[in-house]
Amino acid sequence: MIGQLIFGVLLIASLLLFFINAKKIYRNIKLGKAVNRFDRPSERIKTMLLVAFGQKKMFKRPIPALLHLFVYVGFCIINIEMLEIVTDGLFGTHRVFSFMGGFYDFLIYSFEILAFLVLTGCVIFFIRRNVLKLKRLNQAELNNWPKTDANLILIAEILLMSAFLLMNAADAKLQSLGDPHYHIAGAFPISSYLMGILPDTASSLVLIERFCWWFHIIGVFAFLNYLVVSKHLHILLAFPNTYFTRLEPKGKFDNMPAVTAEVKVMLDPSLPPPTGEPSRFGVKDALDLTWKNLLDAYTCTECGRCTSACPANITGKLLSPRKIMMDTRDRISEIGKNIDKNGSFQDDGKSLLDTYITREEIWACTSCNACVEQCPVNINPLEIIIGLRQYAVMEESQAPSSINNMFSNLENNGAPWKYAQADRANWTQQ
Amino acid sequence: MENTIHIPTVAELIAKGESPDLLFWVGCAGSFDERAQRITRDICKILHHVGIKYAILGAEESCTGDPAKRAGNEFLFQMQAMMNIDVLNGYEIKKIVTACPHCFNTLKNEYPSLGGYYEVIHHSQLIQSLIDEGKLKPADGHEFKGKKITYHDPCYLGRANDVYEAPRKALEVLDADLVELKRCKSNGLCCGAGGAQMFKEPEKGTKDVNIERIEDVIESQATVVAAACPFCMTMLRDGVKEKDKEQEIQVLDIAEITVKANKI
Repeated sequence: MIGQLIFGVLLIASLLLFFINAKKIYRNIKLGKAVNRFDRPSERIKTMLLVAFGQKKMFKRPIPALLHLFVYVGFCIINIEMLEIVTDGLFGTHRVFSFMGGFYDFLIYSFEILAFLVLTGCVIFFIRRNVLKLKRLNQAELNNWPKTDANLILIAEILLMSAFLLMNAADAKLQSLGDPHYHIAGAFPISSYLMGILPDTASSLVLIERFCWWFHIIGVFAFLNYLVVSKHLHILLAFPNTYFTRLEPKGKFDNMPAVTAEVKVMLDPSLPPPTGEPSRFGVKDALDLTWKNLLDAYTCTECGRCTSACPANITGKLLSPRKIMMDTRDRISEIGKNIDKNGSFQDDGKSLLDTYITREEIWACTSCNACVEQCPVNINPLEIIIGLRQYAVMEESQAPSSINNMFSNLENNGAPWKYAQADRANWTQQ
Repeated sequence: MENTIHIPTVAELIAKGESPDLLFWVGCAGSFDERAQRITRDICKILHHVGIKYAILGAEESCTGDPAKRAGNEFLFQMQAMMNIDVLNGYEIKKIVTACPHCFNTLKNEYPSLGGYYEVIHHSQLIQSLIDEGKLKPADGHEFKGKKITYHDPCYLGRANDVYEAPRKALEVLDADLVELKRCKSNGLCCGAGGAQMFKEPEKGTKDVNIERIEDVIESQATVVAAACPFCMTMLRDGVKEKDKEQEIQVLDIAEITVKANKI
């Protein structure tokens, strides 16, 4: 009875805490500027099914894709088991779904196989990160917290799956001992190998089984709440993020309507000047981004496929598209905390440009779209980079001097080089 | 003698009471860069050869505004765009072929919302359709037969607009030994010139992007690397020079290869 009560309190507390923090993230995303991504629903659903649900882009790299598939499928399907665990926890039952007989055995059988695959996947991921030290998993922007964050997630999953299997092993052994509470139920293809290492006395087995059960479920509650402060939100946000993908060709950059209005007046002074509040051109801070840019930032799980395909990063430049996304997330989270504290955003003397992202980074981009192409959850770092350039150029006139020369050539001669427009067809005479 | 053919301007045709079926948008590099001018002339040769009624804008053409837009100067981009749209709409242009993926992308994707609606194709797509129609055919004993040829995907044609097959088609008909670079199609590596990088020095790093790319070409053991963008052309040629491979590796545009193979 006490157990049920504790379980109920933990369940409600963890769900409540999760919703409070998730709501803050939702609020932070909504701080972004409007952009319409609600059109063409059938195309959007298709993209989501292929890219998020079907993991299509992961398979550009088959080895991590396969390991990730283990963890992904395992995570999704083993969660069905959570239904039983929660019911057992609340009502003090044991394996309440076992009335399903053969089908139940099949379920437990597949959960065990999947748990083993998840375990294997996570162990290999851990080795790739910490022993093999893959470049993209050990780059500068991951130093300190991001590295710890990633390892904590892997260790948590390894511990959860180990507890799950050990719990089953103890249960299976108790079943074989004929313990009345532990009726015959389930099939244990993996954990049966663990039975040998367990003690033979019923009381110790019950202790182990209960410990693992509680460890597993408390671990799940903790993991749920860790999600919202970690890089691991992609397990939830990958779905909306791919749904709201930009469906235009990657080369198409949006035209700024505010600029169109002004340029029209410049070209035809008889038109009335544009009215309304002059807004900021480009992106100085995270609040100048669209909500989709911010959703991108919270969705990023720092896998670094973008950075490892970035021509600038490959050739040793400071730019890393992954860092652009991490900086954006860190800054909007900071702005969110500022709002929580002050009621509304109070200037803190910081901004996304300069405090987080340097000029050297934004000017190293070739706008080649490799980062956008690689991202397994359709994040777009390029939009943010171009937005930052727009601010630097249009609000501050702060571009590298050679870029300014290019601008003035364009303005004066209609070409980025110093050639007269009148000479444009000279090649036809040569 | 480079120019045995007369290249008409739209103004010229209009004065005669005619209009072109296709506008050839030459682009800044194609107009002023000496190496790119050779590609421009070859595209004209192809158009002339197949008898398409085309014209150029000549001195009425101006930069599409692409480098300004990628560098963040939306004002300058839209100024350029609207002035060009005025000219194009004034001449009632319907269909445009470009020699440059950057012009192609800008005209095709970014002009419509400013009032410029045209059917825009890149010259590799024109060549593909001419091959499909049987109007272009490699001549007997052309120089590429059996040669190891590779293709470098320009970002603004490939990833930006998903045009991967058209330029490959122009190479497939050559009966050559086609090899793909290790990073190709949607995984292709940029030449380093996009996003207005062409007009500035690169940021501090360990290597130039075009060197990284030319190493892919060298690894492929191809003797010809086909390009489809004047900026890629410059970057790849600089890379070849830097690596002292000018004797071993030729950088040629798809249009140049087509002209040579067809002996136009």
